[in-house]
Amino acid sequence: MQPGAAVMDILIIGLLLGGTYALMAMGLQLQYGVARIMNLANGEILVAAAFGTFWFFTATKVSPFVSLIGIVPLAFALNWAVYRVLILPLVRRAKNQGQLDVDSILATFGISFIFIGILLHVFGGDYLSYSYLARPYVIFGENYGLNRIAAFLGSAAICIGLYVWLHRTRAGLTLRAVAVNPSAAGLVSIDVERVSALAFALGGAVTAAGGTLLSMFLTFDASLGVLFTLKALVIVIMGGVSEIRGAIIASFILGLAETAVAILVDPGLTLAAAYVLFLAILLLRPEGLFGRRV
Amino acid sequence: MAEPMAGAVALAVEAVSKRFGGLVAVDTISFDLAQNEVLGLIGPNGSGKTTMMNMISGALKPTSGAIRLHGNEISRLTPAQIAIMGVARTFQIVRMLPAMTVLENVAAGGVFGHDRRWGAELDEHARGLLRRVGLQETDDAPISALTYIDQKRVELARALASNPKLLLLDEWLAGLNPTELKTGIALIEKLRGEGRTIIVVEHVMDAIRSLCDRCVVMSGGVKIAEGTPREVLADAGVIRAYLGDADA
Amino acid sequence: MSVGDTSGTAAPPARPSEMATTHARHSSGLSANEKRNLAVCAVIFAMVATLPMMSDGYWLSIGVSIAMYTVLATSWMLFSGPTNYISLGTAAFFGIGMYVVAGGIDVLPYPALVLLAGIAGAVFAAIVGLATLRIAGVYFVIFTLGMAELIRQIVSWGQAKMGSQAGLYVLTGMSDAALYWLLLSLAALVFLVGWWIGRSRLGFALRIIGNDEVVAVHSGINTARAKVILFVISSAFASVTGAFVAPRYSYVEPTIAFSPFISFQVVIMALLGGVHRLWGPLVGVIPFTLLWELINASFPRQTTLLLGVAFLLIVYLIPHGVVGLVEDLLRQRNLALGRLVEMMRGRKNDNG
Repeated sequence: MQPGAAVMDILIIGLLLGGTYALMAMGLQLQYGVARIMNLANGEILVAAAFGTFWFFTATKVSPFVSLIGIVPLAFALNWAVYRVLILPLVRRAKNQGQLDVDSILATFGISFIFIGILLHVFGGDYLSYSYLARPYVIFGENYGLNRIAAFLGSAAICIGLYVWLHRTRAGLTLRAVAVNPSAAGLVSIDVERVSALAFALGGAVTAAGGTLLSMFLTFDASLGVLFTLKALVIVIMGGVSEIRGAIIASFILGLAETAVAILVDPGLTLAAAYVLFLAILLLRPEGLFGRRV
Repeated sequence: MAEPMAGAVALAVEAVSKRFGGLVAVDTISFDLAQNEVLGLIGPNGSGKTTMMNMISGALKPTSGAIRLHGNEISRLTPAQIAIMGVARTFQIVRMLPAMTVLENVAAGGVFGHDRRWGAELDEHARGLLRRVGLQETDDAPISALTYIDQKRVELARALASNPKLLLLDEWLAGLNPTELKTGIALIEKLRGEGRTIIVVEHVMDAIRSLCDRCVVMSGGVKIAEGTPREVLADAGVIRAYLGDADA
Repeated sequence: MSVGDTSGTAAPPARPSEMATTHARHSSGLSANEKRNLAVCAVIFAMVATLPMMSDGYWLSIGVSIAMYTVLATSWMLFSGPTNYISLGTAAFFGIGMYVVAGGIDVLPYPALVLLAGIAGAVFAAIVGLATLRIAGVYFVIFTLGMAELIRQIVSWGQAKMGSQAGLYVLTGMSDAALYWLLLSLAALVFLVGWWIGRSRLGFALRIIGNDEVVAVHSGINTARAKVILFVISSAFASVTGAFVAPRYSYVEPTIAFSPFISFQVVIMALLGGVHRLWGPLVGVIPFTLLWELINASFPRQTTLLLGVAFLLIVYLIPHGVVGLVEDLLRQRNLALGRLVEMMRGRKNDNG
């Protein structure tokens, strides 16, 4: 392959991929930045949504975009329930954020195994994928999958919608207030518990939407959750834990890095790409690209 | 390093500033601390005194300027390195090691810092320090069993355990009732009598008057006065900083 | 448990952590109490070592599993107990150890490979530690989450590059009994090292770090170095364990060697037993291994699900482990008894 074409491929595919990753990163960011819960089961929600979309598409042959109508509220409700039943007791008994971090890591780690178990039980251990819009689309003279483009556009739409909601509505302002300073938010009569539950549920819903869109061009099996959790974590850390623009830019960076490694070295080393970025951030700028050094 | 003589400069703070983003917490402050001197760092709340203390102990790095301990620059060192060089401190809000005994809390200060001890020698040293700060029978009790003033004593003993060249007391007398205050002041008076070099951040004016050889007054991050306690506490600018314009 | 972070907001263990007793700093010689404890442990060790002579086959194989997980869980606890930094990546080190043996079995003698495995694990741990242990504990946990999978990908890629197939044969003819004794000795070594660290300056430093990292730093402790050293020791044990166990599998594959189940089970067993006493994980390993055998036999297809449920039960109901629970109960009983005695004494004084 000519170097020019390779660079073009890396750029376009990488940006398309990164843009679609942005959803799971924003989902995690809502959960960690607002609800202050380190959710290691984030990837499983994504995988579950992907499986759900697969099932919906193979059953009805209707566009996966339509399945969002069902999957997003379902994920919202599920995450809300998880927060109220499983997470809230931990929040109430934790004496400080450090202890809550540990408890939520352990609990969500356990929850992730439960989710994997349920997915294995319902869908089995096979790889699942489906073919939707798997036609080539020409950009700058090269062929790219229309499904990737459609997923990217869907992700962009949802991200923009979320950003606008967070920055232009009163509810969004409440969420951002809790993200900045929960105790101060409590002092101005914001119900921090309720807002945290909302943020956690919303985060899960956004991640699930990401799963639906990713399923349009990626193959899934029940064990991939941890990979997506890790990538979302790396993106959030790279961008700065509370910075939305950071998460979006970091998503693109990861998408580009992964694609570059996949094309130039080996497609089986995508996690290594994420870890290289992770190491770089940890060693050079742990607060993230847009984070503020404490 | 040979023991420095009395009168030599123990700590030199040279045009030190600290900015947090747009906020200037400490603005170009300079002062010297002589060996065996007790310096009072005073000023109204929010004047930057604790930020200054944090920079001396290494918990924060100055944005500009330099801090020298016996001539060696410590501004870029980690708190652990500065502790090994001989700086020990107490904290504004007492920091105990909750899952350890009283004796272990004191011993913790004497193992890794300026003077290092271990084993039976360490235990003896720690017990001696506990006696000196006035704690008799609590050596093996869990730290949670202690009252607030007793925990402060433990923190002081822990700071002394490494035989520091410079002792930083950050509002050590805060939160004490009048009886405890008298005992506390007497305790620091004893340390002063031993020739220790101390920086004291305090709001209790009686303590400042009786303990400090000199004072540096900060307000809004800036040094507004320096001199003996009598001099600075009579200064109109200092009074205005504490009380506001109406009562100057 | 709580994650240590650099702003010192770590919540401490709820009771005096006893990797060392209050008198353990008398590093000059052992107290009578300690000598007796060591003697008791030696006797127990000798008794346990006779297992292969009394059974073989099924119970010996259980014994091997118990010994293996005792080493893994106790070495895990050596680091994650006092520092409260949770490692989810034991499988990475275990797998590294396995692969050093599997990869080199045709080239070097087995004992050399075991040593090499330990060194490889230590080096990798040093890299990870230096990168992640100077900042808040959350970063460390996240890093370890995907670590095993990362190594697995690299090993698979490396093997494909070198043209060999995914699985490697390790045939040394080592018997289960020999493996049992090897693992038992390793377990004894872990306990000795843990006990020695507890009495040492390093152990003291780690307890201080686990209580309040700000105080630790201001007391002159190089916290990053202490954590890295401990993490290296802990991980080296995991790698050596993998090296010992490799011959038992005889066919080593990346998915087996780096299985996330290993990381998960180690954590769950350590938490079940309790991570604030050296013998805490052992208390978790034995019942859990037996329970796991049962579950695998009765519900082989629901293992992941049940593992998750068991994990949650432990995190919510017995956060300090069985050992912690028992000690809490004992302490409450002692407190109640003490109050009773006070009351009766008071009454006696009133009447007298």
